Amino acid sequence: MADLLQFLMSGLTVGAVYALLALGFTIIFNASGVVNFAQGEFVMLGGMGTAFAIAAGLPVPLAALLAILGTAAVGVALNRLAIAPARGAPVVSLIIITIGAAIFLQGAAGLLFDKQIHRYPGFSGEAPLRLAGATLLPQSLWVMAGAALTFAALWLFFTRTLTGKAVLATANNPLAASLVGINTKAIMALSFGLSAAIGAVAGVLVTPITMTAYNTGVALALSGFAAAMLGGLGNPLGALAGGLLLGVLEALTAGYVSSQYKDAVSFILIILVLALMPQGLLGRKTTDRV
Amino acid sequence: MSALLEIDGLGIAFGGITAVDDVSFAVRAGEIVSVIGPNGAGKTTLFNMISGLYRPSQGKVRLEGAEITAMEPHLLARRGLSRTFQNLQVFGEMTLLENVMVGHHLREKAGVLSDLLGLPASRQKTRASAESALALLARVGLEKAAYRAARTMSYGALKRLEIARALALAPKILLLDEPAAGCNAVETEEIDRLIAEIARAGVAILLVEHDMKLVMKISAHLVVLDHGRKIAEGAPAEVARDPQVIAAYLGQHGQEQVLHAEG
Amino acid sequence: MKPKHLSLLVLTLLVVAAPFFFPSGFYYRIGALIFINAIAVTGLVILIGYAGQISLGHAGFAGIGAYACALAPEHLGLPPVAAILLGTALSAALAWLVGKPILRLHGYYLGVATLGLGILISMVLSNEAQWTGGPDGIAVPDLGLRGLLRDLGWRIGAGELWYGLAGTVMILGAWLALNLFDSPTGRALRALHGSEVAARTMGIDVARHKLHAFVVSAVYASVSGSLLALMNRLITPDVAGFMHSVQMVTMAVLGGVGSVLGAIFGATILTALPQLLTVFHQYEHMVLGLVMILVMIFLPDGLLPSLMKRLRGRDGE
Repeated sequence: MADLLQFLMSGLTVGAVYALLALGFTIIFNASGVVNFAQGEFVMLGGMGTAFAIAAGLPVPLAALLAILGTAAVGVALNRLAIAPARGAPVVSLIIITIGAAIFLQGAAGLLFDKQIHRYPGFSGEAPLRLAGATLLPQSLWVMAGAALTFAALWLFFTRTLTGKAVLATANNPLAASLVGINTKAIMALSFGLSAAIGAVAGVLVTPITMTAYNTGVALALSGFAAAMLGGLGNPLGALAGGLLLGVLEALTAGYVSSQYKDAVSFILIILVLALMPQGLLGRKTTDRV
Repeated sequence: MSALLEIDGLGIAFGGITAVDDVSFAVRAGEIVSVIGPNGAGKTTLFNMISGLYRPSQGKVRLEGAEITAMEPHLLARRGLSRTFQNLQVFGEMTLLENVMVGHHLREKAGVLSDLLGLPASRQKTRASAESALALLARVGLEKAAYRAARTMSYGALKRLEIARALALAPKILLLDEPAAGCNAVETEEIDRLIAEIARAGVAILLVEHDMKLVMKISAHLVVLDHGRKIAEGAPAEVARDPQVIAAYLGQHGQEQVLHAEG
Repeated sequence: MKPKHLSLLVLTLLVVAAPFFFPSGFYYRIGALIFINAIAVTGLVILIGYAGQISLGHAGFAGIGAYACALAPEHLGLPPVAAILLGTALSAALAWLVGKPILRLHGYYLGVATLGLGILISMVLSNEAQWTGGPDGIAVPDLGLRGLLRDLGWRIGAGELWYGLAGTVMILGAWLALNLFDSPTGRALRALHGSEVAARTMGIDVARHKLHAFVVSAVYASVSGSLLALMNRLITPDVAGFMHSVQMVTMAVLGGVGSVLGAIFGATILTALPQLLTVFHQYEHMVLGLVMILVMIFLPDGLLPSLMKRLRGRDGE
């Protein structure tokens, strides 16, 4: 029982990170129809940026804020320089562009920062908490609470603010949105900035647990992508469900089956889900018009 | 003469909304039957069900007496059912000749290995297919453009290309979805002549068309749809006088055209 | 002359003539590496260029081909040539099994499913260390061709031999792909690329043809992996990794995925540049990423087709 609880906790911690990644994917996919393979680089940049700002003597909250803002700027630049000029390109081209961006950012981070592994102490110390026989790092609570807060804030943004509703309208029908006077270009920039910031938040929160390095982005992107697809691409609630489910399943596999193959879970699952329910768990069904 | 194609109580609903409901009619060999009705009446949906692209929620389709409801489109092609599309579905990067050669697919299969190795069987089939495809292109007046990529051609030319491609299957029945849409008067005239010629060769034709003049002139039989239901059917002159048809459809804008076509 | 014969002639001339310009023997190895990559990329031309189906996991099949050559001689006592065939058979069988369910997917969904497949294969190769030697890799036995030639009285350097061998296999692969282009199967694949709906109504069994393209391209990747392993005499799980899959697709699309020559051109550039520009080693990732982005934005048809259009000075009709 204690084992199970332990696995669930660590699964939910990782799952919260996957959920944030999947949320980032979802926002960009809804705004632009692009699946952004560079999403994992945002998490890496958030973690690396914070680690270097702290090492430079900045207090943690300021370091985190700087890293998040810097990453958001990278997201906006990515849209402006690589995605926007390729509008209407076929899926294969867009896949190559975003993978190219991921490789570029990875190379740039290796030069700008370094190629070492980095971490910084947890925000509330490192002493593990005991809970019914399982141990829990206080930082795990930060990760879960941070993810919950992010999802809640995003929900408020999309349902309660005019700008948020404009983003949803653009996702639904860009042409109609621009006809009613929504600046769809600005919305696109906002979506990329927001998505990058969300990735950076995940990086800031989880680096004390998982550590980070310039080349961790691609693996993260793949897991986050698997989570987004599991939940149904384009659906924020699906991102949450898919992320948590994937995190828990990975932890259970690592605990009960084989830690070597925990990463295989996401891909076996995704092949099964796609083969059986091509729209994902919470996705919409579409019909071709001919 | 018994019916070639029988539509029996066909219907479909999308997300609880009925798009086509309980439609029945029949097409005999060599006959031209037209389905008409206002926009959104369910004509293309009906075509998509008959040609296996949509799965009907009720009713049956029979071809030469055998049930073919919701059969895979490539199997329907094997049984002699062929179609064109309202919003062009040409193979844009391929030449016109190759587009038509694809219609020969069922007869020119030689196997992947043979095709990879370029064995005589494959090469011979390609040659034979190119020859008869060229003849079909000539029949629709496109032989001069045979080696141009389809995406470089005009809308009207592609409409005729789709007919040539559909004919390459050597079908028993041909479904034409608005073959004259977007064509000018001369092109429409040509398509009119082409359809009559195809029918004379013994191919049954099921036609969806907005050009009432064309429909009235060449159809042996009309089926009128409105809001997914069949509201009338019969000979063109008969249907044109049906008060329900005039109210539902012709009353909007077509009455004048019909009278004109009759007179 | 038919375009097919012209392409093959150009290719053969380039392969034969290039060594006259080599400043050192080292270049034979780069050439061989180019040809080996070009073989896998030619397979992707059939899958992506003809059939319009994406794969982000074809390195997995290269991994199967490579490890078949490392393991089969030792554990099954097969000669390396038979191991190549075993690898292709295994790759084809796996592609057929997995392709059936996943080829119903489109676009990004197919990309992710194939990506998952490739990663699973590379994971098995890393984790089953008692068989595969794990992440450090495993030694691969000698093909034995050089010994055979020596016994026949022909002494040839390893670089020259692999240059000739890989070049021959590449030309053979290009010949097969070009045959396919203008054949019933090739037309069916290009048709379903253009409009899947229309292809189905023309009597094309779309699922079956996609599967054929997937299996054939998997065989190309497998042969490429086998040759890489036999040439380097050492193989690591990286051969099956995500980055290798991405490299393959990038080579194909960069050069022009619609044509065999274009894709081989892409393979040449992306293989040769990092080898020749070792000075820029620390910028390698940034340059590669930048090239990928810029070519896709400014030359979406790929380098070779765009170049040809320029040369002809018109829309390339």
